[in-house]
Amino acid sequence: MTAMCDVAFLLLTFFILTAQFRSQDAAAIETPSSISGIKVPDSDIMTIGLGRDGKVYFGIDNAQNRIAMLDNIAAAKGITFTNNEKKEFSLMSNFGLPINQLKSFLNLPKEQQAKIKQPGIPTDSTGAGPTNELKEWVYNSRKANNNLRIALKGDNLAKFPEFKNVLATLQAQNINKFNLITGTEAPPAGWKAD
Amino acid sequence: MAEINTGGGGGKHDGGKVRSKKASTRVDMTPMVDLGFLLITFFILATTLSKPSSMTLNVPDKTQKEETEPIKASNVMTIFLGKDNKAHYIFGKAANEDPEVKTVGYGYEFRQALTENAKKVGGEKFVVVIKPTKQSTYKNMVDVLDEMAITKLKRYALVDQLTADEKKLLKDKVKLDT
Repeated sequence: MTAMCDVAFLLLTFFILTAQFRSQDAAAIETPSSISGIKVPDSDIMTIGLGRDGKVYFGIDNAQNRIAMLDNIAAAKGITFTNNEKKEFSLMSNFGLPINQLKSFLNLPKEQQAKIKQPGIPTDSTGAGPTNELKEWVYNSRKANNNLRIALKGDNLAKFPEFKNVLATLQAQNINKFNLITGTEAPPAGWKAD
Repeated sequence: MAEINTGGGGGKHDGGKVRSKKASTRVDMTPMVDLGFLLITFFILATTLSKPSSMTLNVPDKTQKEETEPIKASNVMTIFLGKDNKAHYIFGKAANEDPEVKTVGYGYEFRQALTENAKKVGGEKFVVVIKPTKQSTYKNMVDVLDEMAITKLKRYALVDQLTADEKKLLKDKVKLDT
């Protein structure tokens, strides 16, 4: 019994120390799978999500950078955020809100935030139009952290035109290399990587 | 459950004196172990064990206009990603030369068509043009890019504009509105 108990608690300690909790996402995204074995980096990453209904979500990895990004965008748009709102914002791993709805969303209590269906970040097909807010987020997040790598996380059922809008937004800013986040699947038998 | 408490010390001794039972020094650990395993289970489930992988996608620079030599239609396989998880492809002929449109599902069929056509053309000359239509999903696109990685074809392009000829072709032959 003592031995078993020892093992159990050793494992417990291991799992507690290595645990990385799943963060609360703005929307559930089921990614397609690929044989690619490249792992997604942990830090310095910007994730653009594409939900099944075509809504676009945006997030960057570091809480400090999130605040810097919000400061940049607030300055560009002429909006001011209180310290409390900034703190709330830094806790969101991703979001899908137009900029004019952001402030009221940040002032809601946590339980209500989870209930709200986020409408997605506005994009357009040219990637540089005045209504395209994704381009502002991409630009200002890169201003906050220049080393950001870009990952696209699309849902299985997302339609291609919406993906095209995101692609156009990135291309309009001369971003021509990015990663598509996928699940892992086994390559066919006998297949070897080059 | 295993018995942990092996009865208290005590016992009859000569002389008939009744002594108080010695309390056992062993502690019943069963609940603690239960709790331990419960927590282990929780942490196993709560951690993200398998990290997602990613595939790199490079797209051509839009700001740079590069003049390239037109590719011979006989070396090109154009794949249109249609609706209901079906792909249509033409091979060897341009869209205005009345080519045969073949329809395949994603997966084995698709891979075979790719490798067969690649063999026909041979080596480096084979070019695949991927044209997702409005009805296709993101998954279809990732699947096709993945097939490119599996078949190790290096020369492929993702093009999101359909020419008028191609639109007409798809409408006439596979009833696909684009």
